[in-house]
Amino acid sequence: MANADCIVIQGSNMAEAHPVGFQWVAEAKARGARVIHVDPRFTRTSALADKHVPIRAGSDIVLLGAIINYIITNELWFKEYVTAYTNAAQLISEDFRDTEDLDGLFSGYDPETGSYDPSSWQYDDSGERDETLQHPRTVFQILKRHYARYTPELVEETCGISKDDFEYLAKSLTDNSGRERTSCFVYAVGWTQHSIGTQFIRTASIIQLLLGNMGRPGGGIMAMRGHATIQGSTDIPTLFHILPGYIAMPTAGKHDTYEEYVKAVGNKDQKGFWANGETYLINLMKAWWGDAATKENNWAFDYLPKLSGAHGTYQTTMAMLEDKVDGYFILGQNPAVGSANGRMQRMALSHLKWLVVRDFSMIETATFWKDSQEIATGELKTEEIDTEVFFMPAANHTEKAGSFTQTQRMVQWRDQAVTPPGDCTSELEFFHKLGLMIKERLKDSTDPRDKPIQDLTWDYSVDEHGEPDAEDVLREINGYHLSGEKKGQNLNAFGEMQADGSTAGGCWIYAGVMADGVNQARRRKPGQEQDEMALEWGWAWPANRRILYNRASADPEGRPWSERKKLVWWDEEQGKWTGYDVPDFPPTLAPSHRAEPGETGVKGLSGNDPFIMQADGKGWLFAPKGMVDGPMPTHYEPPESHVGNPLYPIQSSPTRVLFSREDNLYAPHVREAGNDVYPYVFTTYRLTEHHTAGGMSRFLPYLSELQPELFCEVSPELAEEAGLVNGEWATIISPRSAIEARVMVTRRVKPLQVLGRTIHQIGIPYHWAQGDEAVVSGDSANDLLGLTLDDNVQIQDSKHNAAAIRPGRRPRGEDLLDLIDKYRADAGITVDTGMVQLDRSFVQPENPLQAEQTVVDGSNRGRATISAGRKSGGDDSEKGSGAMTESSGSTGGDSDESKSSKHTKETNAAPKGSEGPTASSSGSTSGDTEKRKDR
Amino acid sequence: MTALMPKLYGAEDPIENARWSLHDAKDRKAFFTDTSICIGCKACEVACKEWNQNPQDGDYEYLSQSHDNTGELGANTWRHVAFIEQGEDEVAKARESGRRLVSLGMPSIGPKTAMTPEQRADAAIAGGNVDTTPPDTPDFRWLMSSDVCKHCTNAGCLDVCPTGALFRTEFGTVVVQNDICNGCGTCVAGCPFGVIQRRDDGTISPKSEPGDHDDVKNMGTANKCTLCYDRLLDGQTPACAQTCPTTSIKFGDHTDMVDKARQRVAELHAKGMTEARLYGANPKDGVGGTGAVFLLLDEPETYGLPPDPVVPTKHLGQIMASYAAASAGMVAVAALAFLGGRK
Repeated sequence: MANADCIVIQGSNMAEAHPVGFQWVAEAKARGARVIHVDPRFTRTSALADKHVPIRAGSDIVLLGAIINYIITNELWFKEYVTAYTNAAQLISEDFRDTEDLDGLFSGYDPETGSYDPSSWQYDDSGERDETLQHPRTVFQILKRHYARYTPELVEETCGISKDDFEYLAKSLTDNSGRERTSCFVYAVGWTQHSIGTQFIRTASIIQLLLGNMGRPGGGIMAMRGHATIQGSTDIPTLFHILPGYIAMPTAGKHDTYEEYVKAVGNKDQKGFWANGETYLINLMKAWWGDAATKENNWAFDYLPKLSGAHGTYQTTMAMLEDKVDGYFILGQNPAVGSANGRMQRMALSHLKWLVVRDFSMIETATFWKDSQEIATGELKTEEIDTEVFFMPAANHTEKAGSFTQTQRMVQWRDQAVTPPGDCTSELEFFHKLGLMIKERLKDSTDPRDKPIQDLTWDYSVDEHGEPDAEDVLREINGYHLSGEKKGQNLNAFGEMQADGSTAGGCWIYAGVMADGVNQARRRKPGQEQDEMALEWGWAWPANRRILYNRASADPEGRPWSERKKLVWWDEEQGKWTGYDVPDFPPTLAPSHRAEPGETGVKGLSGNDPFIMQADGKGWLFAPKGMVDGPMPTHYEPPESHVGNPLYPIQSSPTRVLFSREDNLYAPHVREAGNDVYPYVFTTYRLTEHHTAGGMSRFLPYLSELQPELFCEVSPELAEEAGLVNGEWATIISPRSAIEARVMVTRRVKPLQVLGRTIHQIGIPYHWAQGDEAVVSGDSANDLLGLTLDDNVQIQDSKHNAAAIRPGRRPRGEDLLDLIDKYRADAGITVDTGMVQLDRSFVQPENPLQAEQTVVDGSNRGRATISAGRKSGGDDSEKGSGAMTESSGSTGGDSDESKSSKHTKETNAAPKGSEGPTASSSGSTSGDTEKRKDR
Repeated sequence: MTALMPKLYGAEDPIENARWSLHDAKDRKAFFTDTSICIGCKACEVACKEWNQNPQDGDYEYLSQSHDNTGELGANTWRHVAFIEQGEDEVAKARESGRRLVSLGMPSIGPKTAMTPEQRADAAIAGGNVDTTPPDTPDFRWLMSSDVCKHCTNAGCLDVCPTGALFRTEFGTVVVQNDICNGCGTCVAGCPFGVIQRRDDGTISPKSEPGDHDDVKNMGTANKCTLCYDRLLDGQTPACAQTCPTTSIKFGDHTDMVDKARQRVAELHAKGMTEARLYGANPKDGVGGTGAVFLLLDEPETYGLPPDPVVPTKHLGQIMASYAAASAGMVAVAALAFLGGRK
């Protein structure tokens, strides 16, 4: 980032949430970079930026789409880069139809299921490219047409951003991109936590590819992760849909045979390194099951649990409410506070048979049974809750060795400084012992379902305190030779992995972190003693390269695009790639090389295919696969929006995941009656002074005193309109709950003029909770949130929800429920509210003529006139394998024979990797169920 | 080695003035706090409390002062971050008041665009040739600034301490020895910045006996920033500067810090940010300059800093002279009376 000439921070409050990383923004600024912050609120990040651009929450695709249009219209795209390195020239199938053709839907939409069949989004069967980019079916022309209506005028109307500010932003980016200059984007959960958040990121990807800012110093898209080693817990995932190294989980019905599964892991017919997917899988299976994984038994494929649907944290919560989950492990997470729809979370906990909480402090998830809001309202009674809660004190990061992987994919090792006090233990020790106990219990079992646990390799050396050697685990992740002359030696690179069972490796992208038997992540050569790439500080996957796809930092002939932005290049004399960074390309693949048609895998790569993990070696302006909601980002309004979609008759994302339930009611959107009962937008966020759901900050006096009470940020105009006074109390009401907060009247929040109406946005940090144990307490902002998920990643929309606000404190006890009910009744809310999505009769008030036409058009399309979208009730999702995801409840349940008999359905326990079963290590909420599709 | 008497007021080298040359004098150490790159993360406040094991402050109350819930420097809080929200008028006023400071007797000459910002900065440092064309005036800004004890060249707290609990270290800083302090509080009135405070429960009470407040150390005594004297003795950087993620808080030799501060203000002036100004860098000010220099973006008062701090001993000479004159006069009158009586 220090090398960027322009940094656009959007969907992130980097200075507050990532103050240490922000030093590189400060450094870039000191070197002359321009920093622009696009955010609903003026934050500490804005204070240091050259310019703050206020935006209406949820309208980011309009802004970014207009930048794409600006780049194309003004011919500002990096032509050589785009033509050679992206799929701009690729022809798309004749069957493809754009949202511009289908009133807001792409081809392939099924209104019954609310999902897309992406087969019409594929490349044309001919595989043809048109390097002139003129063919109407080239990606470039499709893109151009798709964004033609995303204009500065639309931005002004929809985002509340003036044409001058738009021009400033677009020009800053384009002036600072090209051969000599690069720009980068920074985002965080301000982008991901929307019903179309994944597409926000895609839009930025398109901009960065058009401007030639990928794979180059000072370029890229920086994902600021939720907290320490969220990247690591994605690589070695605590997610339900992938295995270590981004290997897909098998799905029942789709991958019933090993052959079907291998095709999903890494189709051998594609170009690039994913064609070797089976090798990575076999090494993982050998790491887990050792000798029990053989070619004959398909490397123990049958030991892997199979997915039966989405098993995210929210689906699991709803399964608990239906008594489908016995037990739950909570580690480094405080879902009673940190997860959306807090009441649903706490009610779900009360349905468990047992709950294990491992934390430093007695967090609210461990005490919900005695001091939660629902106890106060009488909805829960302590004596009626059957959940048995076990609290296990945890060691903190100075008390255990291990690694953190940060957003640059850099693994940094941490030594143990002191031994943990009292009964505190590390996760490693806890799960190691638990594993031994479970294996001991099952050792005589003849039940085939216990075989995966009986066969699991579980042999880590422990020190005198019972603490396993963390480097043993890292070694297993790195991989080693099982036979041959190098038997016992560590793998030095994933290229050494074999598909014949002679090597094992727990996570292929981490191969090399223990190269030469040395813990490379533990290297700490100071920055002053090496060059700027600092390749001898820590270790970054893959192969210690610091900038992914850095082949793109050189031109198609292999020469740096410019001296100023030199990174890696082709050395003609030596016949190999070289440079400051480790080249992210086959080392001797010459730029002039062209793969023979039909060649696959690494051999299929040509010398000008920098995006070596993509099936065609190119950066994707248009994504034929990988996204469930469309190959190109399209603007849809947030589900509880107060304005109509200015572009399409379709109001909100047609693939968003909805849960229509009494305990998850939605506010009416603008096309429904009652919208004005919740007339304001609220957006949740974090403060520097606290950490996520407060488990690591509200229990500490030094941090609590810095931000002692929950507050809400409102503009002076809203304060005037709603009668709020700075420093006094306000009550904020959503269809889910009502909370009270101190009022912070500030000009840092501005009302925006959007589509003929004034939009007031309220900012609410989410760190506080009702409970008796912490130093400071307060209401939880997440109680206000409803669950609407982005179907790509199952993340909730925390950044745009509707609310009412009024002066004074909220009622206590049962009266609180009456207040919530009163607002619901005023708005006429039922479980069907917010469900109607494809109402084509709606039109912008200012365009009555167009309205009638759309109705006529729409009537031709039959089924699409009524509700669509993924309606995901509890009933149709959670069958079969039960709680095998975040809750490894089933694992524990199985080991406890006295209980397991009653719950045989939940026996499909997830066998685990060396990192221990379960549990989302993510600290919480709002942010941390985020997922990435890096590779 | 000079054998001059230490000066009560007006010493330019506090280390020499405290006779450290007889022992183990070091280079004078100082902070330079560049508020233009402060992100208000308050890591300095926390690192300071962690290192010095200072008690938590206040009643966990929301103060309705933007993101500031600490309020002010005190016995328990030795770093304090102020947050100030300003609109267009205030920004314009700050820029104008700064421009007047810059342009005093230094007319701008030459073409404005011919130099790079770096050249302009250099030129500004060399000859005061400052391009004061402002960038677009933002319609809003949020100032953040981490305040700390100034470790004055002429320190009021030190001068008035009756017990010798306060002393001048070999690094030129001012430190309280809590085992000597009797909690009289004279220093509290002696500080022109309102930095030093007694650690108490809000009531006037004598210094506690051992065992009275085992949970709170140094109860009843005066407390303030030591510029991490214990860390300096080990060659370490003070905790706040060590933790600052954006290097807003810099630490080093006093002369280097003042130089850096001058260079930085010139850079900002070269960018047209005439609102930038230094605080504490002038050895001719009322405290002889400070050992904690600040780059501010508005008048000191905006940040709660006195515009013209004066050490109380500055006028001691005059006062003594007045006393002497008055005494002499009285003596003369008395003598005259006797003499007159004889006649």
